[in-house]
Amino acid sequence: MSLEASIRLTLGPLNLEMELTIDEDEVVALLGPNGAGKTTLLRAIAGLVPFRSGHVVLDGKVLEDTATGQYVPTERRPIGFVFQDYLLFPHLSVLDNVAFGLRSRGTPRRAAADKAIQWLDRVGLKSYARAKPSELSGGQRQRVALARALAPDPRLLLLDEPLSALDVTTRAEVRRDLKHHLASFQGIRLLVTHDPLEAVALADRLIVIEAGRLVQTGTSAEVTERPRSQYVADLVGVNLLRGAADHGSVQLPGGTAVAAAGAESGEVFAVIHPRAIAIYRSRPEGSPRNVWPGRASNVELLGNRVRVRIEGEVPLVAEVTPAALKELELVEGGEVWLSFKATDVMVYPA
Amino acid sequence: MRRERVPIVVLVPAAIGAAFFILPLLGLIVRSPWRDAVTALTAPETVEALKLSLLASLSATAVGLVLGVPLAWMYARVEFPGRDLLRALTTLPMVLPPVVGGIALLLAFGRRGLFGSWLDSTFGITLPFTTAGVVMAETFVAMPFLILTVEAGLRSMDRRYEEAARALGASRWRVFTRVTLPLIGPSLFAGAVLCWARALGEFGATITFAGNFPGVTQTMPLAVYLLLETNHQEASFILSLVLLLISLVVLVGLRDRWLGSA
Repeated sequence: MSLEASIRLTLGPLNLEMELTIDEDEVVALLGPNGAGKTTLLRAIAGLVPFRSGHVVLDGKVLEDTATGQYVPTERRPIGFVFQDYLLFPHLSVLDNVAFGLRSRGTPRRAAADKAIQWLDRVGLKSYARAKPSELSGGQRQRVALARALAPDPRLLLLDEPLSALDVTTRAEVRRDLKHHLASFQGIRLLVTHDPLEAVALADRLIVIEAGRLVQTGTSAEVTERPRSQYVADLVGVNLLRGAADHGSVQLPGGTAVAAAGAESGEVFAVIHPRAIAIYRSRPEGSPRNVWPGRASNVELLGNRVRVRIEGEVPLVAEVTPAALKELELVEGGEVWLSFKATDVMVYPA
Repeated sequence: MRRERVPIVVLVPAAIGAAFFILPLLGLIVRSPWRDAVTALTAPETVEALKLSLLASLSATAVGLVLGVPLAWMYARVEFPGRDLLRALTTLPMVLPPVVGGIALLLAFGRRGLFGSWLDSTFGITLPFTTAGVVMAETFVAMPFLILTVEAGLRSMDRRYEEAARALGASRWRVFTRVTLPLIGPSLFAGAVLCWARALGEFGATITFAGNFPGVTQTMPLAVYLLLETNHQEASFILSLVLLLISLVVLVGLRDRWLGSA
């Protein structure tokens, strides 16, 4: 039981080319910046966006295949879709919203209402059955949207930025509930988010997508430990370099060589944690093999740490304590030296 | 709070403009022979004209809904060649002098008309100078108001609700009846009322295409005109008041329920 999709399409500036396979025993999150094509991919799987070539196969049943011309319209796909701002029908009661899918698929009125009530009970909103969506809070709407999508027993659950419409205080609570409902749902689960925290909290596997292409996939630990794109590196907050390994060093495209203990050969990524980078006012003398000058360009307070962006041959971010920053008398634009040890560079194949 | 003084160059023309509308209404109300009101209103011709007017205008609205809503949907949702031209043609009656509309209807559906002669010889159907002809004339003039209002409603609604309904398994018909129509409800209602009010007041196209036969094609506006022409001025004033009252009720109803009073 799985979802298998291969989709190529062009929509405005977006050029999407994605293949993915999702099994029933995992919750998968599509993670990527705005405009990467996450929502479009979800909509294409639902049959709401036509694609140039490819196919969507659910549980071995072809939903769409451009090669054979097969197309099952959205309304006949066994899907549940939770939209970004929920799109609860404003003219229908909460109960009728949840019963809508059941009624559409032919369940008699009475049975549909009974089942809708059960679902509202499950999401803790039974007492709101007669209310209109406009009377609910954001978190309650999210739960109604989830109940509405799940009530007709879909095989595939698609969630588009399920928590982004919520304020920070309710988000954590709704996220916990959502995780619970995702775990109890028997079917394939795919959600879209641009929030790494949400992705890591809700999903077993991440698919990182940028500019319509898959850049990385794996468990959240795999992705965050070994970023394969600047986007992921920025999310995780580490320095990511790419170059050619040459027995103990990594040659960067600009000509700089970074000493890296683990480097052997071939194209590699090198990750340096900002904490591992030390900043000096003058050229330091010592054991670290990587020493070069730069210019502090952006000083940013982050909790009890200060992140300093240093421009130079190789732009890097260093992290120091506020006390250290004060002692350095560091100002934006000031000349500095930085250093880090070859053993602090983690290297893995590109 | 200090109130801003309205400049005199605005105030004077605005006051004259308002008076221009209020004075005729005042004249109608003050000069109407209220003593004869009951007699005029219960006269058989009046009752007949009123009944016919209501029947024809409501029928025209019904036809407008059945034909106009799908047309509005086509304009709002389907890209087809010549769409803008077709929209212009179907809204032309809004600016066309109604009498011209009546003549055009005669030339198309009159007994010797382009399609009228065929209808007559094939089915024995004659439209001009019948009650059906009244409905046609009123629909011709009034339906564009409904089409434009409903199209605007369809264009401004959030179509993603329709996608949400489809993703829940709703057929296209169910999406239309359970989601689209309720969501454009205010536009639909406003369009229907505008269409009905326009049909109720229709004069030029009706008298040209359907004539002025009491009980068959003589609607209220026609009756008012006839009474005025035949020296029954008092009765025509009373009927005019009735039409004024209906219009007022419609306007107030529209404002309060759907257009949102300021």
